[in-house]
Amino acid sequence: MSTSTSSTTPLLSLRGINKSFGAVHVLKGVDLDVWPGKVTALVGDNGAGKSTLIKGIAGIYSFDSGSYSFEGQQVEVTNPKQANALGIEVVYQDLALCDNLDVVQNLYLGREATSGVILDETTMERKATETLKGLSVRTLKSVRMKVSSLSGGQRQTVAIARAVLWNSKLVILDEPTAALGVAQTEQVLQLVRRLADAGLAVILISHNMNDVIRVADNVAALYLGQMAAQVPSESLSHGQIVELITAGRSGDLGLKAPDKEVVA
Amino acid sequence: MTTSTATPAPEVIEEGGGIGGALRDYVARLRGGDTGSLPAVLGFIVLVIFFSATAEPFTSKLNWANLLNQSAAYIFIAMGLVFVLLLGEIDLSAGYTAGTSAAMMGVVMTQKGFAWPIAVLACLVTGAVIGLTIGILVARLGIPSFVVTLAYFLGLQGVLLLVIGEGGTIAIRDKTILAINNNNMSTWMGWVFFLVVAGGYAAVTFGQQARRRAAGLPTAATSVVLAKVGGLALLLAIVTFFLNQERSVNPVLNSLKGVPIIVPVTALFVVGLTFVLTRTSFGRHVYAVGGNAEAARRAGINVGNIKIACFVIGSVLAAIGGILIASRDNSVSPTSGGSSTLLLSVAAAVIGGTSLFGGKGRIIDAVIGGLVIGVIYNGLPFITQQAGIQFVVTAGVLLLAASVDAIARRRASATGR
Repeated sequence: MSTSTSSTTPLLSLRGINKSFGAVHVLKGVDLDVWPGKVTALVGDNGAGKSTLIKGIAGIYSFDSGSYSFEGQQVEVTNPKQANALGIEVVYQDLALCDNLDVVQNLYLGREATSGVILDETTMERKATETLKGLSVRTLKSVRMKVSSLSGGQRQTVAIARAVLWNSKLVILDEPTAALGVAQTEQVLQLVRRLADAGLAVILISHNMNDVIRVADNVAALYLGQMAAQVPSESLSHGQIVELITAGRSGDLGLKAPDKEVVA
Repeated sequence: MTTSTATPAPEVIEEGGGIGGALRDYVARLRGGDTGSLPAVLGFIVLVIFFSATAEPFTSKLNWANLLNQSAAYIFIAMGLVFVLLLGEIDLSAGYTAGTSAAMMGVVMTQKGFAWPIAVLACLVTGAVIGLTIGILVARLGIPSFVVTLAYFLGLQGVLLLVIGEGGTIAIRDKTILAINNNNMSTWMGWVFFLVVAGGYAAVTFGQQARRRAAGLPTAATSVVLAKVGGLALLLAIVTFFLNQERSVNPVLNSLKGVPIIVPVTALFVVGLTFVLTRTSFGRHVYAVGGNAEAARRAGINVGNIKIACFVIGSVLAAIGGILIASRDNSVSPTSGGSSTLLLSVAAAVIGGTSLFGGKGRIIDAVIGGLVIGVIYNGLPFITQQAGIQFVVTAGVLLLAASVDAIARRRASATGR
């Protein structure tokens, strides 16, 4: 397998990850590196093991075997709180926002700023405004708008802002553009790019090859539970990514053909 | 609204348009399905006009004070139901929780001879235990609250019968308990109460305004804030003045004037519970669980504990409603809190603007809705004594309120609010 060329050390580094559910061997010796300041696209067909891998990183599942190192340190992540403590935040596909609450209330949900027992609304509103400004989000009319009145792209923005509000280091985005229109997809992709440019490590799960080529620095393709390849995106064409996803290999990239020896 | 740039001195950002702009925003919200308490307020006015025109005794001063005392129990049970409804759950047993808790108070006070504070404590503990067990069954075992509280509705009816005995009643003779929902404050106390409420509201509103301005956040226009504070003060002053008039049929024998004691008691609870729901993380989490339980869970909120807490609060408030029923009736009987008590309380909360679908509602809704229910139940007997008609009217009002809620919800999803 080829590895990406990068001068810095990876923020997150997985080696030889295995995970089974009963008799089903879902992840088979998966390696993955994620660098700060880079967008790593995680691609793969349905059932390739993307969700399992992500949930393992986020601490929702624990891996059966393999090494999980974060910032060069070997770590044990067995529940979501530990992942949060490391600075890992996941933005799930179904967003997990409360429609009946406003933007500020959603950003701080479960981690409200308080002075004594009283909610510190002014601090929360000010910080929320700053965070959204920092992400160059200008499409929101007011941070006191209810989430139910926001468009799909704006909701995605709020969900992402919530992930970066807590000095996170690694943000995992699960199909952030799946349900969006053209203009909104563009907004979200620009936001994803800005996150990486601000120094965060980003894992982007996507089925949209255009998105992947547009915004990713690095493509990791899973094929039937194995990491087919992790390569810089500039060296890949649209067709090659599709081949990696559907067949696990593309030319001399990817997994070896199972039935014959590959002559190098 | 203007957007500010980072300047060392926080600049003042006022939402533009003054009162006109605020009114336009309000109309836009209404059209978007966010009706709030408006249907209830309109309904209240229509009902008052209707009963004033058709039933002569309805307009008497005596009757107006009665109305507040009659509605009080419904208002308290409805305030408790707001917590449960906010979760998207229901408590069908709240009426009999009130009755059973009041019976406990009666047993401890009248039959065992303890002082009233101990009896009240027994009543509240009874409510809390009922709420705790309902909450555990709903949140931990995952039984739908409809089924759990339906079982409690039947079960508590039985417990109430067993505690009081078939056909019996427990008399309430304690002066303090009777005073709560029957007596009035002296006229000067009424004005002190008026000053405390109006002044307190003004202080809180202007304080908030000043804090937001200091933090450089957008604030409502000063004219709007002044109009709100002034409007509330004027309304309260009129009500206080009116209730301070002599309203006894025979003033020489028995003078009857002043704001009923139940008014400041209710106000205290409204302020306290509104504070809990809007200014604490617990309250924020209640709304979050009602809006999207899965999102709340992922945000690290213990959904089960929030649910249990809401059922406990709901049942304790129902128990207080039970005290008010006992105080008003001078006794506790096997029908206390029974019959239509629960339906009227649910109707009060829903008429006030609390959604049956969860995530939307305020404590003040229970008060406004409770007053609407009070007007119906106060005015209707002047027109007809037939119980059948009263039931049909109540059912109609409940369905109407639920329809307004459902339509508002559909409009809201259609306009994306």
